[in-house]
Amino acid sequence: MRYVLIILFFLNFSCKPENNKSIALEIHDFSGIEPYLNLEGDKTYVVNFWATWCAPCVKELPHFEALQENYKEEIEVILVSLDFPHQYESKLKPFIQKYQLQSKIVVLDDPDMNSWIPKIDPQWDGAIPITVIYNASKRLFFNQTFSYKELETELQTFF
Amino acid sequence: MKTMLSLLVLLTTVAFTPIISDNGYEIGDIATDFKLKNIDGNTVSLSDYKDAKGFIVVFTCNTCPYAVAYEDRIEALNKKYAKKGYPVIAIMPNNVRTKPGDSMEAMQQRAKEKGFTFPYVMDANQSIYPQYGATKTPHVYVLESTAKGPVVQYIGAIDDNYKDATLVKTKYVENAVDALLSGTPVKVTKTKAIGCSIKV
Repeated sequence: MRYVLIILFFLNFSCKPENNKSIALEIHDFSGIEPYLNLEGDKTYVVNFWATWCAPCVKELPHFEALQENYKEEIEVILVSLDFPHQYESKLKPFIQKYQLQSKIVVLDDPDMNSWIPKIDPQWDGAIPITVIYNASKRLFFNQTFSYKELETELQTFF
Repeated sequence: MKTMLSLLVLLTTVAFTPIISDNGYEIGDIATDFKLKNIDGNTVSLSDYKDAKGFIVVFTCNTCPYAVAYEDRIEALNKKYAKKGYPVIAIMPNNVRTKPGDSMEAMQQRAKEKGFTFPYVMDANQSIYPQYGATKTPHVYVLESTAKGPVVQYIGAIDDNYKDATLVKTKYVENAVDALLSGTPVKVTKTKAIGCSIKV
């Protein structure tokens, strides 16, 4: 047991200079992301598609974080990152680390975009950010950016 | 009387609402010509190309990673199709105050670095991209020159793999232009892809 602790200590220590390594990304193609658009729990799900390179996405991200914090029991925010695979280490992980993102983050890596974009919404042309809010009885697609107030107003129509 | 008045107001509002829909062009629509400033200082219009059979109009920019991922493929399209009568015209639609990396100087610099052989013009008043209905970069419109004007024949992505050109299975734009060149109908007329929203 003592040895395990020592090893753990060293592992922990060796990770310190490289914080990125402590973040494990959940990466999927579209078939792995689709279930997150069809969860059947009691909550209302707020699914936001974003990327660190998308300035309007980054701007509205804190509102989704705040929404998750303020409606802990009622909702689950899922942030679907469309960052490029070659920037997972250089951009995405440092971003998650820097802003201490608390919402669930999943990464969509599926280059055949024409095959899956229409499945998210037929009206969507592929510009981000977009947001899907849904629960057992209702689903809405938003091709827009949100202020916190706007986001909360939309969310409340689901309760 | 009041009803009549409201009706009149309503009718006037409807009559003066611009006919151009928010969604831009559909397949078969006649695309507008433009007169936009190129990186060489001259202006470019579709009507300058008297012998063109059509155009590959690409809304693109310097700053969007997807647009950057496609730069070499846009250049390759121009190399392959300009001589066949379908030149590439690249239009940078972003507001440069929002995206200084898309300024005319930056466009000139990028074109030089990449050796672009096609015109790279700026939609400086942001008046052309909304008519086309472009919403993101890159966003492609294949136009066919006809007696009525340039007819929209394809809208969407360049191909089906932004990440790796060697893994592309379907070259949407090439297929569309090849079909037009051989006088056959374009099979896939609309595709979708992730891109960066055009910055206003």
